[in-house]
Amino acid sequence: MNKIFALTGVVIKELYRRKDFYVLFVLTAVLTLAAGAVNFFHDEKIVRYVKDICLLLIWISSLVIAIVTTARQIPAEREARTIFPLLAKPVSRGQVIAGKFLGCWLATGMALVVFYFFFAVITGSKEQSWPVLTYFQAAWMQWLLLGIVIALVLLGSIYFAAPSSTSTISFVVVISILLVGSHLHVIALQQPEPMQTVLTFVYYIMPHLEWFYLSDFVVYDFGHVPLLKIIAATLYAAVWTGILLLLAWLGFRRKNLTT
Amino acid sequence: MKISPFTVLLTLLALAFTLALGLAQDAAGWSQRGKSGNVLGMMFGDGRKLLANQFFTMADVYFHSGYYPSIFDNKAGQEDEPKAIVAATRGHEGHDHETGDKKCEKCEECGSFLGQPKDWIDAFGRNFKIAQHTHLEHGKEREMLPWLRLAADLDPQKIDTYTVGAFYLRNHLKHVNQAEAFLREGLRNNPDSCEILFELGRLYRESSHDLDRARNVWELGVRKFLARSPAEQKENRLVFEELVVNLGHLEDEAGNYGQAINWFHAAQKVSPNPAVLQKQIDEIQKKLAALLPVGPAKLY
Repeated sequence: MNKIFALTGVVIKELYRRKDFYVLFVLTAVLTLAAGAVNFFHDEKIVRYVKDICLLLIWISSLVIAIVTTARQIPAEREARTIFPLLAKPVSRGQVIAGKFLGCWLATGMALVVFYFFFAVITGSKEQSWPVLTYFQAAWMQWLLLGIVIALVLLGSIYFAAPSSTSTISFVVVISILLVGSHLHVIALQQPEPMQTVLTFVYYIMPHLEWFYLSDFVVYDFGHVPLLKIIAATLYAAVWTGILLLLAWLGFRRKNLTT
Repeated sequence: MKISPFTVLLTLLALAFTLALGLAQDAAGWSQRGKSGNVLGMMFGDGRKLLANQFFTMADVYFHSGYYPSIFDNKAGQEDEPKAIVAATRGHEGHDHETGDKKCEKCEECGSFLGQPKDWIDAFGRNFKIAQHTHLEHGKEREMLPWLRLAADLDPQKIDTYTVGAFYLRNHLKHVNQAEAFLREGLRNNPDSCEILFELGRLYRESSHDLDRARNVWELGVRKFLARSPAEQKENRLVFEELVVNLGHLEDEAGNYGQAINWFHAAQKVSPNPAVLQKQIDEIQKKLAALLPVGPAKLY
């Protein structure tokens, strides 16, 4: 376990040494503050559009951080040939995968804490209310989603040739699931065979990332999701993360690292 | 032959300058974008109208607190026009929606697009999205305003943006001055709009209690309507009916019973329910009969 934590520490250090997070955070902060400074009909109490814009930027930023950071982990180790001394420590390939995952997941978690703290300060100062439980649920569910995404990207980085292709494909997959995931069954029913069966099959076997998007509850002050449902979603995320990490490990175990 | 790179650079710069001088006048007519009055118009050109529609829809999405059909949802529940916020401005609120955590039980009327869960994934997924039909109230309607402001900036010819925005500013937020300024802005951009004149008249009558200004504005609205082509008049009969019926009520309130009856007669010609208007005419005629020694029928 110590070996996994050592790898995790390296990944976290990498995140705060790189400029990605700082650039995205400053961009989010500047755009949110600029949006919040606009006066509509001299009404100071209007706040939901600021929440909407800020959460959208947080989602984009966290996805960019998670995908871009994860996509380069294993290819960078291979390219720099540091993977060989790493595996000679000895560290098993499974531990490398686990360490890289945990590092990326915790690093994005820390980034999320900073983002949501900023969000809470900005919106709280405008509307004078602090629905902490709703914010916590939204951040927690987003972090769970990022866990699935990081595992998916790690899997992709084993099979795809370069970090750029892994990142692009991961973005397309994640955004597609978020946008049409819940509607895929309806779309499938409108298609002729065999497309109907194919889409229905995809609908049932894909990870339903759209469940983890709770921004609407925050933006529209719609209370919170029942705790049992959050626990069920957490289990679902854990299962999917496990499946994807297992697949990544199976691929990495047989991977020829010299080519 | 050896040519200095500086000579080539100078020649190219001279050529670019000469071409720019020659083409400047013609190029000015190639696009209307640069002539746009505002920055958004310059940036987006005519494409801004699409964005304006999207922002107007966003206002309706906010009005429903995110409970809104997507392009994939049941067509029966999908509204081509964001009707709820527009209908509310015309006094047709449909039905009262419960807010907070209570579900509206009459949502078949406004099209419950979600229907029954299609499978266990859909059923479980509904825990994580807003699945209750509610409308903003108690001053929270203000949250729609940024989108209406943006829609007006992007498409100044979209009449509904001004009437809807002014309605909520005036009725729900009590910002009468802001509502009037917004309507005036709409009128500057659409000087022939009967709809904006109608809403402006309502503002004067209901909020400012200035019957004379309301009358003037509504009468101007009627004149603008009558100046339209017959096809346009047929399409927009509703606004004419609203104008003349409200003028009728205004004159009735002001004690000008004869004029009130005239307006209700005009409304009967376009109304889908002239019998209701006839009842109002009869009531006014009774009031008139009480005032005059001779019967009102002989007067008109």
